[in-house]
Amino acid sequence: MGLCGAMNIYLPIAEVSVNAFVLLGLGGLVGVLSGMFGVGGGFLMTPLLFFIGIPPAVAVATEANQIVASSFSGVLAHVKRRNVDFKMGGVLLIGGLIGAAVGVLVFNYLKSLGQVDLLVKLCYVIFLGVVGGLMFIESLRALRKSKRISASKFRKKRTWIHALPLKMRFRVSGLYISAIPPVLVGIVVGILAAIMGVGGGFVMVPAMIYLLGMPTKVVVGTSLFQIIFVTAFTTMLHATTNYTVDMVLAVLLLVGGVIGAQFGTMIGAKLKAEQLRILLALMVLLVCAKLAFDLIVQPSELFSLGTVGGH
Amino acid sequence: MRLFYAYVLTAMISLVGPAVSQDIVLGLSKQEIGITAFFDGSEILIFGAVKHQSEASSEGDLDVVVTIASPRSPVTVRRKEKRLGIWVNVDALEVDLAPSFYAVATTRPFDEVVSQASDLWHQISVRQLIRAVSVPVAVENPEEFTEALVRVRENDGLYQTLSGAVTLQDQTLFSTSVSLPSNLVEGAYTARIFLMNDGDVVSEYQTSIDVRKVGMERWLYNLAHERPVVYGLLSLAIAIFAGWAAAAAFRAVRG
Repeated sequence: MGLCGAMNIYLPIAEVSVNAFVLLGLGGLVGVLSGMFGVGGGFLMTPLLFFIGIPPAVAVATEANQIVASSFSGVLAHVKRRNVDFKMGGVLLIGGLIGAAVGVLVFNYLKSLGQVDLLVKLCYVIFLGVVGGLMFIESLRALRKSKRISASKFRKKRTWIHALPLKMRFRVSGLYISAIPPVLVGIVVGILAAIMGVGGGFVMVPAMIYLLGMPTKVVVGTSLFQIIFVTAFTTMLHATTNYTVDMVLAVLLLVGGVIGAQFGTMIGAKLKAEQLRILLALMVLLVCAKLAFDLIVQPSELFSLGTVGGH
Repeated sequence: MRLFYAYVLTAMISLVGPAVSQDIVLGLSKQEIGITAFFDGSEILIFGAVKHQSEASSEGDLDVVVTIASPRSPVTVRRKEKRLGIWVNVDALEVDLAPSFYAVATTRPFDEVVSQASDLWHQISVRQLIRAVSVPVAVENPEEFTEALVRVRENDGLYQTLSGAVTLQDQTLFSTSVSLPSNLVEGAYTARIFLMNDGDVVSEYQTSIDVRKVGMERWLYNLAHERPVVYGLLSLAIAIFAGWAAAAAFRAVRG
């Protein structure tokens, strides 16, 4: 038994017993990332929860609840520094909620085809690979010339985005653009979030920087702000339809998570925007490589077990 | 067809054999297991005595087999194959009812104690238990799938074969202990005790062990299932509060 044995906690919904310190640690790790990069960290946490033996359905639903906590904790620190564009967040959120609802429909359709696991994994590999790769290349380039030319130069480029109607002024971001691109970004992220069981920050953050041209400092806070609502919505959907939100698991993860998020915000404030982006890109690529590796290499056990349906 | 003959055969044997000459008196260290927040598995002691009713009938050596089974639930077993360079699930077999936990403890190695016919008739080994409920469907060799189910769960310590774990004293007193894992599923667990003689079941006894969540675990589980909206909102409220508390605490620390 010993200390480790004594600190095992039985999770009432997941119906497994796990070490409390492991959960606190995982929560803390993901919280740091959340505060630093404005990502929920779900793309990292959900696979980690699978790994320690939490049933996938419970992991996905509970992770949504935990992201609410770490995002809220993170966003408060950003609000203090006036780094949240509430207007932009609101427009993204409208898209996000539409997207999440569509995503749930798509998810259920894929489930009926019986290949949902594979498609979710392929989604991960493709999106993490593309997003991570693009960010990495761009950040490297920016880092090399950041000495002489300000990074803000490329934001001022006029693209097709500026030709769209329904223009709105986003003062915090210093933008005067159409509301259509942010709503579309919100929808795409919402769909992905629902299918992949994540907050979608890792797609949203690059989209805000590269598509909408928002300044990196504002992006993190605004992304967190939007994620709070999308994940709260997802949590309620899971809790009322699948009964898979495990409150004990969520509390353990979020205690670590909220503390981690505060540290993450502190670290993020000290790093340069390019450094922040290159670190996020590397992490995204790492997770992508791991998932791709698992798909390509022959598994040691060709058979896998799944329980039929929910409760 | 083979199965049918085996049934008839064992039925005949059990009719002819000394069916009721020995009886079992049984004790369990606990009849009920409560799952609390700090539940970390449970050891269960099963002990008892063989009541010999006629001295003459107990010529051969007796063996004791103890099984403990969790409630059964459906399981899908999926098989992966390489398609277009990646490993994907290609086919699946649904096993109607399989226990999530199953332990069988014996006085001597299983094969020496239980004959194939007895196993077939009483479903003592977990393989027999699962084979009996899996319906042959459109999969090429279902045996491969049920075998995989047993293998995966054996590796996870959920299916246990404990050879020699039952001690039998003077052909009368027996005892064994089975450790139940921490990831127990709720429900009525079944403990069966078989008295074996030369591979055949001489006597069988069955009792149940109630495993249920208690205290906070019970309350949360009920709330999640009976009032999901309240449960969901409570989860969100905790999340928001924790997020705020951490931010406030850090602000206080940094001044």
